[in-house]
Amino acid sequence: MSKRRDMRGEALEAAAGNGLIDRRALLGGGAMIAGAIGVGLGSSAAAGAEPLTEEPWSLEFGDRTTPYQVPSKFEAKVVRTLSNPKHEMRNSHSRTPHHMLEGTTTPNGLHFTINHGGIPSIDPDKHKLVIHGLVKRPLEFTLETLSRYPMTTRAAFVECGGNSAPMFSPEPLQETVQALHGLASCAEWTGVKLSTLLEETGVDPRAKWLIAEGADSPRVSRSVPMKKALDDAMIVLYQNGERLMPGNGYPMRLLLPGYEGNMNVKFLRRLKLVEQPAFSMYESRTYAPILPSGKAYRFYFLQEVKSFITFPSHGHSLKGPGLYEISGIAYSGTGRIEKVMVSADGGQSWAQAALQGPVLSKAFTRFRLPWRWDGGPATLLSRAWDESGEVQPTRAEFIVARGQLEKPPPVLGFNNQHYNSITCWGVGSNGEVKHVYA
Amino acid sequence: MSTLKRAIFTASLCLAMTAGAASGETPNFGKPIDEASIAPWDISILPDGTGLPKGSGTPAQGAPIFAEKCSGCHGENGKGGEAAALVSDKELIGINAAQKTIRNFWPYSTTVFDFIRRAMPFQMPHTLADDEVYALTAYILAGNKLIGPNDTMDAQTLPKVKMPFRDNFILRFPDRI
Ligand code: HEC
Repeated sequence: MSKRRDMRGEALEAAAGNGLIDRRALLGGGAMIAGAIGVGLGSSAAAGAEPLTEEPWSLEFGDRTTPYQVPSKFEAKVVRTLSNPKHEMRNSHSRTPHHMLEGTTTPNGLHFTINHGGIPSIDPDKHKLVIHGLVKRPLEFTLETLSRYPMTTRAAFVECGGNSAPMFSPEPLQETVQALHGLASCAEWTGVKLSTLLEETGVDPRAKWLIAEGADSPRVSRSVPMKKALDDAMIVLYQNGERLMPGNGYPMRLLLPGYEGNMNVKFLRRLKLVEQPAFSMYESRTYAPILPSGKAYRFYFLQEVKSFITFPSHGHSLKGPGLYEISGIAYSGTGRIEKVMVSADGGQSWAQAALQGPVLSKAFTRFRLPWRWDGGPATLLSRAWDESGEVQPTRAEFIVARGQLEKPPPVLGFNNQHYNSITCWGVGSNGEVKHVYA
Repeated sequence: MSTLKRAIFTASLCLAMTAGAASGETPNFGKPIDEASIAPWDISILPDGTGLPKGSGTPAQGAPIFAEKCSGCHGENGKGGEAAALVSDKELIGINAAQKTIRNFWPYSTTVFDFIRRAMPFQMPHTLADDEVYALTAYILAGNKLIGPNDTMDAQTLPKVKMPFRDNFILRFPDRI
């Protein structure tokens, strides 16, 4: 590995092949990187800048202030993609544009949604939540009464069990990270711990499951083990500080951190404690993946450790050789992200990425790594580890265990579930980024 | 305060707070409600038949209801249309989930009744009488040759229908249940 010196004369390690630079270079700031590597962004713009002039917006009275502000009109392309834009009589998915976002919090307007019977227009003053079944005292709660409970706030990702389904394709589909992995988002949720409410109803020791049900027209319903209900389950009322978005379950939803999205029942109106699971349609059929052996998994629950690079990714094009920062998202349903490794040479050599703190359990973690692109072909990939020892499987390992489709699926098709293997981006000499398998 | 002392102090504070909560100091804003008052909302059905309502239906009774209320989306005789096929003899080959059908995948017949009653017909759910839901369930199960053409489905017979794929499931994370 080649060693270069930064401005203070300290060794700056090339951390892995094809231009990956030690993550600690990030901490020293741009000057150090530019000084050490020589071919920084600054030097590629060495031709020199034009003399400064005034633009019209600096000379006139600007736009009005609106009660609820929306992004700049210049950001109009940063939107969710829709599976059912004409609102036909079927379910609707919307996907988060990860390749156009940064940080770890998904803005509320861009949080992914899947709705099975449209979005119900619920009057919050009339909405009720009942908890019954194997309890000592069945109770009814309203939004007003729940809002008076002690609140808990936590970050948590929510990911559809069918996120990344196009990755089961035998050939890499030329699609953005939004199309491939957009059914996952992360927000700060505020609400009441379910265990607090269950303390008030009392729990009959025979209760092993609870059936959660929404107030939407198909009464979306899932069975949840009591173990999870008493662990970190919440009834959430707020999303990133404001009331839940209608498509995310307004006025209240179940939050089961780390468990597949569909179980986080939205528009929550009923929790029934029972001895056995209900085998609702979604747990019997949709989220039970078929295995290559011909058997199928039941009660998968967990969204396992996963990461993907969001920059550069398909749809971006690099504007010439030089210094770039690789940026991506990692998360795990079994705890904090411990480490993310990045490769620029298709997995031959790896460098450890910097994790943006605070690194929170079952939440998006942003990873970054400086990279000097020499203008030649590069294959970028990331791989994550979590604190419970879980590792994101390689594609080869994943396919042995879980199989691969024979033909490319429709990208919105949602044909398979629970993909958590690696995503690779191939950077061509022209700077275009393709989806590749390595 | 030393780090150790601070840790002990924080720990005892936490203990005191949990003890407070445990001795009934949660807000108790829930309104007591009895099961009879919840019954209009309680549509949960378990695979052993718990929760199945009174009533019954046969495939012959289900056929005209299906033609009127379901075939527009699910196709003639449930062979598939814009929405999934409900009657099919396709076997599972490979891992593609799009091939899953009631006959080749669903582990419990009670789920058919449950899903129709809670979600179908798609554009106006909760409009079918329980007898109609039994009849539609019987019609779909008979079309799939899972029951005989003259069998009656009710709270006793429906849970007894053996679904072919039932024993092929593996618990993914048994220790989470
Ligand atoms: C307007 C179209 C429409 C009509 C009419 C309709 N359905 Fe459906 N049906 C759907 C859609 C869409 C789904 C998928 C729902 C989902 O995945 O959330 C579905 C799913 C189902 C399923 C689950 C199938 C599977 O294998 O996934 C059953 C069973 C079903 N419908 C039964 C019926 C019955 C019985 C009727 C008549 C009473 C009916 N449907 C009428 C659109 C329709």
